[in-house]
Amino acid sequence: MGILSFFNKEKKDKLDKGLEKTKTNLFSKISKALVGKSTVDDAFLDELEEILVSSDVGINTTLKIIERIQKRVSTDKYMNTSELNSFLKEEIAKLLEENNNDKLSTFENLQGKKPYVIMVVGVNGVGKTTTIGKLANQFKKAGKNVVLGAADTFRAAAVMQLKIWGERNGVKVVEHGMNTDPASVAFDAVKIAVEDQADVLIIDTAGRLHNKIGLMNELTKIKKVMSKIIPDAPHEILLVLDASTGQNAFEQAKQFTSATEVNALALTKLDGTAKGGVVIGIADQFKVPVKYIGVGEGIEDLQIFDRHEFVDSLFN
Amino acid sequence: MFDSLSSKLEKAFKTLKGQGKITEINVAETMKEIRKALVDADVNFKIAKQFTDIVKEKALGQNVLTSVSPGQLMVKIVSDELTSLFGGKTADINITGSPAIILMAGLQGSGKTTHSAKLASYIKKKGKTVMMAACDVYRPAAIEQLKVLGQQIEVPVFFEEGNTNPVKIAENALKAARAENISVLIVDTAGRLSIDEMMMREIGDIKSALKPQEILFVVDAMTGQDAVNTAKAFNDVLDFSGVILTKLDGDTRGGAALSIKSIVNKPIKFVGTGEKMEALDVFHPDRMAQRILGMGDIVSLVERAQQVFDEEEAAIIQKKLLKDQFTFEDFLTQIQQIKKMGNLKDLVGMIPGVGKALKDIDISDDAFKGTESIIHSMTPLERKTPDIINGSRRKRIAMGSGTDIQQVNQLLKQFEEMRKMMRTMNKFQGAGRAMPKLPFMK
Repeated sequence: MGILSFFNKEKKDKLDKGLEKTKTNLFSKISKALVGKSTVDDAFLDELEEILVSSDVGINTTLKIIERIQKRVSTDKYMNTSELNSFLKEEIAKLLEENNNDKLSTFENLQGKKPYVIMVVGVNGVGKTTTIGKLANQFKKAGKNVVLGAADTFRAAAVMQLKIWGERNGVKVVEHGMNTDPASVAFDAVKIAVEDQADVLIIDTAGRLHNKIGLMNELTKIKKVMSKIIPDAPHEILLVLDASTGQNAFEQAKQFTSATEVNALALTKLDGTAKGGVVIGIADQFKVPVKYIGVGEGIEDLQIFDRHEFVDSLFN
Repeated sequence: MFDSLSSKLEKAFKTLKGQGKITEINVAETMKEIRKALVDADVNFKIAKQFTDIVKEKALGQNVLTSVSPGQLMVKIVSDELTSLFGGKTADINITGSPAIILMAGLQGSGKTTHSAKLASYIKKKGKTVMMAACDVYRPAAIEQLKVLGQQIEVPVFFEEGNTNPVKIAENALKAARAENISVLIVDTAGRLSIDEMMMREIGDIKSALKPQEILFVVDAMTGQDAVNTAKAFNDVLDFSGVILTKLDGDTRGGAALSIKSIVNKPIKFVGTGEKMEALDVFHPDRMAQRILGMGDIVSLVERAQQVFDEEEAAIIQKKLLKDQFTFEDFLTQIQQIKKMGNLKDLVGMIPGVGKALKDIDISDDAFKGTESIIHSMTPLERKTPDIINGSRRKRIAMGSGTDIQQVNQLLKQFEEMRKMMRTMNKFQGAGRAMPKLPFMK
């Protein structure tokens, strides 16, 4: 127990540190806006709108939060800084809660699937391959037998990049080399994962912009081919989003979801941006839960997203 | 690319329609809409505010001429302001020096390696010798990636396997470039977060060691509100000379471009518009502003066509057309050239008025696929003399191309009609009328 809580503390520290930029930007601005004010007036609400929008929360979610505050103010009239702080925290926690269920798999619990198949998708440069490298490490640490499938056969040296991650983690990488058919790589990877009795299979795919229909169809095909061996695979279709992306993230989530039924999100590079607000906006606007967040460059800086910790981290 | 922004602005302008003079009252609602559209397009909140203030000031009290509607006048004011915000003129790249050095910098995943190669290919086309240096020693296989791209575009890549000091690699690359009389050296670096002090110091060191002519900040067009801070942080350390805006072929509205330009006041020099090595365009502020407003970008389209089309080949084809010797073989060449120009939807979007109309319609890059495979299934003789393609040949071609006979018939019919049209045009030309030139035929 002692060791466990020590690890949790370490994880929490990392989260705090990774979110430092968001925190200082978002919330110190809010308290600054409130200094010297005893009531919540229009000027403050305007300022709050600016702060939230500037944090990439998104205009719709921002207006939703503002509206709720307005409603509350009209009944309560007076609200001081600490009251407002705790009220904001409540509202944001609620937004995150509405679309996040706690029944997701973890690194330890794979919900009885063997192999548990994860297909990783996203636009170019969000960090798909790196995320897979880190995921493989976490699963391995949890005692799982991992196989990777190199279905990004398009970007120069992508297969090599995944193989290097495979070597680092000591896990098998199924590959057919560059410029081969990604669907057949995926098919073979599932086959080999079954033969090897692997616990987890993670499939890398090439980055693609969500408005290119041909490439999105390819993704649908890659997904379909896996179900020929394991009917309910892939169990997890993980959309990787770059936290520094602006409003386009919403369009990405929409298009990828319609092509592949995305059921989990990973937000990367949260430590580099002051705008972690995108997490709040996405959690509010989408039915797909945020499952992993990347808060640093280290191999263990990829965490399973815990909304309570996230909100605590933002407000403390 | 900026489709959604232009359609939103259009909606904003609608409220102005049918009014004689721009006043405080009729402009207020429009400004709010413009600001919302800009923020929604990822333009920094403060910059959007400044922008609408300027536009408002310019617009107020303007008499609306009888010939233009207030909406049109507003479009002009907004367009002018956008253009001036983007820097007014096109900024060229500086490649004087022996060698001229271009340093690439940016966040992870912004597209530095890909754009190092695109830029190398672009400069090589200008007749210069180019070398790339692989200084990303951190991301697995980054060096390998640059090597593969270098092979594709036939540009040498300097790398040092096992050397983990990017500054040293850069210095050695410069020595190698000098020894080989290379005229432009492009230095690819690792992606780094602007808050990572150690990594920022490293790129500062590379800069001092090389004294590059150009430092290009590579940034993802989809970046959100943080674009301003990131650009500022990189500029503080590097004082970069220009920006490459990547992934503009997505559907992002690209408001980050506006923010970056106005916060660091450095020109956007290039935009990346696709995964192909040719998908790099010079940034044209005026065209971009017009594009934002849905006014199309016909100039870019023509230029892109000129760049890709082989003039000699075009001349040969034109001659064949005139002499009625146009074959399926030539047709195939033409299709391939059009495909080289990049994403079809992008091309169509550059035609004024069309971009908006086709906003939600998908044009697949595979549009030519059926046609191509039908031609591929023909024998050389059939391609040259389509008249010999009889029923059984048609059947075979349909089978071979995975299409059906109707499709083959259709293509043959279209082809025949095209030739007929050419014959008619030739007659017209004989009668003293010029043959209408297609933009890609000189």
